[in-house]
This record gives sequence, structure tokens and C-alpha cells, in this order.
Amino acid sequence: MIEVRNLHKAFGTVKAVDGVGFTARDGEITGLLGPNGAGKTTTLRMLYTLMQPDDGQVLVDGIDAAADPLAVRRALGVLPDARGLYKRLTARENIEYFARLHGIDEATLRKRHDALVDALEMRDILDRRTEGFSQGQRVKTAIARALIHDPRNVILDEPTNGLDVMATRGLRRFMQQLKAEGRCVLFSSHIMQEVAALCDRIVVIAHGRVVADETPDALRAQTGETNLEDAFVKIIGTDEGLAA
Amino acid sequence: MNAVASKARRAGAMLTVFLKEVRENLRDRRTVLSAFITGPLLGPVLFVMLINMQVSMQLDKIDKPLHVPVIGAQYAPHLLDALREGGIVSDAAVADPGQAVRKQDADVVLRIAADYGAAWRKGEPVQVEMFYDSSRQDTSSAVERVQKLVEAYARQQGAMRLVARGMSPGTAWPVLVAKRDQATPQSRAVLLFAMLPYFFVIALFIGGMPLAIDLTAGERERQSLEPLFANPVARWKILAGKLAAICAFSCASLAITLFAFAVVGQFIPAEKLGMELDLGWHFAGTVLLLMLPLVLLLASLQSLVAAFAKSYREAQTYVSLLMMVPAIPSALLAFLPIKAQSWMYAVPLLGQNLGIMQQLRGDGIAADQLMLCLAGTLAAALVAMGVTAQIYRSERLAISG
Repeated sequence: MIEVRNLHKAFGTVKAVDGVGFTARDGEITGLLGPNGAGKTTTLRMLYTLMQPDDGQVLVDGIDAAADPLAVRRALGVLPDARGLYKRLTARENIEYFARLHGIDEATLRKRHDALVDALEMRDILDRRTEGFSQGQRVKTAIARALIHDPRNVILDEPTNGLDVMATRGLRRFMQQLKAEGRCVLFSSHIMQEVAALCDRIVVIAHGRVVADETPDALRAQTGETNLEDAFVKIIGTDEGLAA
Repeated sequence: MNAVASKARRAGAMLTVFLKEVRENLRDRRTVLSAFITGPLLGPVLFVMLINMQVSMQLDKIDKPLHVPVIGAQYAPHLLDALREGGIVSDAAVADPGQAVRKQDADVVLRIAADYGAAWRKGEPVQVEMFYDSSRQDTSSAVERVQKLVEAYARQQGAMRLVARGMSPGTAWPVLVAKRDQATPQSRAVLLFAMLPYFFVIALFIGGMPLAIDLTAGERERQSLEPLFANPVARWKILAGKLAAICAFSCASLAITLFAFAVVGQFIPAEKLGMELDLGWHFAGTVLLLMLPLVLLLASLQSLVAAFAKSYREAQTYVSLLMMVPAIPSALLAFLPIKAQSWMYAVPLLGQNLGIMQQLRGDGIAADQLMLCLAGTLAAALVAMGVTAQIYRSERLAISG
């Protein structure tokens, strides 16, 4: 479970995140929706302790990120906005590198590795160097690398960015599986249909603030719009930066 | 039990980073080429070429007959005989001796006045004009050779005239200079080999450079730092692993250079120049020891400089500029007559330079100088590492976008 309380982060005079708070529960998929530049990535970066919040608190499985960032990172699996594979290493070596950084033993590594490779359908690319991978293959490798230590909480920053339809569908299935395994899945997106199709709970962020935190149905009811797209536009107040 | 496991994991993380960096960079052909071939071998190859050029130039000057145009040769047949014995071949006269020298047609031209014979017979001093250009350094040995021969002839003839008048030749030369050159064959080599320490530093530099750039600026450009930092490993451990990889590559590069110098050292005809050069195992070992803290210092500095760059190319520019710095002590020592003070050994680069030169001179480096050199550079390396670690902790570093 990930709990975020009143997060603030400013870059100079720009308030990127201005009082964000929400809870992502286990066994649920929580979507962080907002237009480009709303503060989604900055919020997530504070969750996985890459950045320090100016104010506010992050709790992962009850551990305070400010007090014990290493324990928080151990409890998280993170696919950052920057995928950053090592192109001179194969997909397998990329995954094993992160496994060793987590300090997991070889037997667990094998088991977990096989499960992930099957779930992500990436066995055919395992022993190729990642240089020249397609966007979809890159995301699969990055996700496998991020989840190799079997984390209870999964953070995915715009996971479907740049993927084709088939790859997107595969990734959605994978996220459903993570949810079925009882994990807490938090992902960000600016694509409404994706959020609507996947999420148990939607947190809408605009201008660094949470403007809605509801189930998809509640959102529709709250705004009086039957169409989610219209509901979002109404909440955010503008359709700028949202993709259908 | 838990503490032991976590301790093993901590060491493991550093080792994991180190092994991954080494493996990844060994797969990059450009890195391997520059770290293990072009970088370390550039110095020895350049060195051998320079030395051989020097040797053949010196040998040419000594053995070969020197052609000198002589104007008015017919007036002084005895002088010309003496010159011929000294290996000087008199060429046909030139019309304008000044121009011949300026246009580099001749290194040196002699002019003998028409009244040479008459004056000589009367026992009056005669003049032999020597045209040369002192700004042409390559001709200086030819000029010196001609001048010495003429002067020797003059002294010899003078002595004979004194003897003919019943006087001791010693009366004309009340003071004689007796030269006592204190240079040893090793110390003569030093002048020529002043750039040797710089070659070693260059090897260190080039060996580590691709990694230093790749590990900070390159990783940022590839956007791989952010996922890396999401792992439950403290950043200083990641940095330590990366620095270790840089050090490993620069040490390998230095070792190859030392080995190459030890091999080519056998083929350098240093004795022909009256020099003695020992680049063997003892020398290599001392250099390696002197350089060890410098490896750490350079690795930290390179990473630090590269961390400020936004892209690989930018980092390459910065680090190349940094490479100029080690040339300073080499240049200073080569051109300025600095007497080594003991504090100088504590200055990074300067200390190594002095130590290596001393080793070359055959004096050996004293234990306290060695300690001072190691301690001074190590202290600087620790400071540089501390600063780099601080930069590495900054939020800005990881964020690529």
C-alpha cells in the first residue's frame, strides 16, 4: 500500500507539486491521470525517493520514505519515465544486474525470472543485446528488470507510452495479473481510455493538485457526464494536454 | 545473522556495479581500443621514434664529413689541410655567403681574406670569417665543429711560433679550463626523457576516460541513472563501484604502457648518446606505486567533470581539457630549472613527476619523499572523491529530462 500525504515540491518559483495526497491500495490498480506537466512524474519520483519532497510524507507499506529510503525502494518496483536500458548488455543481463543490486539469491532469481519472462512473453528476446530493441521490447525488459525482486508495490510511469495496440493490450493483461496477485499497482497516464479500462480508482492531478479521487463510476456520477472523457475535461477545466 | 547478510549484500552491490561496468565497457570496441591499445602504446611508440631520430641526428653530425663552402681557399692551404683532417670538406666558394646561410643552402660558410698569406708570413693576426645563423638550432653543432677546428689550428700554430722563439707555449695561456662534467650517463638521459612521466599520466587518463564519461554523462544521456537509483542501494556504493571500474581500466592501461616501455627500452640505443636508460621491472614497479593514488584522483576528477556535462560529447570536451592539466608539471620541469623542494613531492602530479625523474636519474626515490608523494596525492584523491560523491547525491544528476 502506498500512502501519499500533502506532498509539495517546487523547482525555483514553479510549484510542480502543490499538496498532492492519495492512497493506492493492495489488490487495486490506481491510475494517476493528468495532462502533460500536471506533476505526475514529479510525484512518482518522490514516491521512489529519487527526489525529496519539500513538505509532506510518503508511506510505503507503512514505511516512511524520508526515514528509510532503502527499505521503501526495496518494497517498490519502479518503471520510471526514463527506461534507460544498457544497450551493450542483453535483456537477460539487464534483468540480472538489477536482481543482484537487490541482493536476491540465485534460486529466487531463476524462479522469478522465468515467471516474469512468461508473463511478459519475452523469451525470444532474452539473449539479444537491447540495442535496436523496439519500444515494446524495451518496455518489457524494463518492467521485468523493475519487478525481478517481487515487490508488493508497483509504480509504472506512463507504461504504454509509444507502444502499439498489441503491446498495449499485452501490458494491460500483465497489469491485471499483478492486481490479481494482490499487489498495489500505481500507474500514471494521460490517456483516459486506458485509465478507464484498467483502474479501480482514479486520481486526477492538474496544476500540481489532486482535483478528483474516485472510482470511475463515481467520477461519472459526480460530474453528471456519462462519457468519461467529458467528465475529465469538466474536472480539469480544460482539455489541454489530454489525449483520447 | 541478519547483519552479516546485509553486510554481504552491501559489498555485493558495489561488486555488482563494478562487474557490470567492466563487462559492458569491454564490449565497446572503441573503449577497448583506446584504453588498451592506442592510449597506452601512443607514448612508447612516439618515444622510440623521437629517440631514434635524435640518435641518428647526433650520429650523422659526428661521423659524416661536413661540407663547408670556403671563399678564398687558395690563400690558406695549411688551414684547409687541418680542416680536412677534422672531416670538413671544403666546397666551391659561394658568391654571397650571408645569403647562402640565410637561404639555408649552407650551414656555415668560411671566408679567408686575400691578404691572408702576406699577413701570415709577417706573423700578424689574420682573420677567418665564419658566416652562420645562430637561430638555426639544427646547424649549431656544425658551427661549433668548424669553430673548434679553426681555433685548435690557431693554438697549435701559435705554440709552434713560441717554441721557434725559444719560449714555452704556456706563457701564452696562463689559465687553462679543465672541464669536470658531473653528468652521469643516467642524468644525461633525463633531459631527453623529461616527457616520460607525462606519457604515464596520459595512459592513465585515456584508459579511464571513456568509462568516466560513460558512467556519468553517458548514463545520463541514456537515461539509465533514474532506474538505477530506484534500486535499494546507496548512491555512494554505486559511485564506488563505478570509480573502481574506472580505476581498473586506467591501471590496466598504465600497466600496458609500462610493459611497452620496458620492452622498447631494450631497443633504444641510449648508450650511443652517452646515456643510460633503465626502464626495467624495478622502474615499472616504482612508477606503478607512485601512480596508485593518482589513479584514484584522476578517476574522481574525470567523473566529477563529466557529471557536469549534459551529454557524452560535452563531457568529452571537458575531460579533454582536463587532460591538459597534467602537462603543466612536465613542461615546468622541462623548461624551468626548478630545484626540487621536499614539499613539492606532496603536490599531486608534480610529486609523481619528480619521483619518476629521480628514478630515471638513477638516484632512486627516498622513503620520506615516496611517503609524502603517496600521502599528498591520496589526500587530494579523497577530497575529489568526497566532492564527486556530493555531486552524485544531488537530485539534478539523475534526472535526464
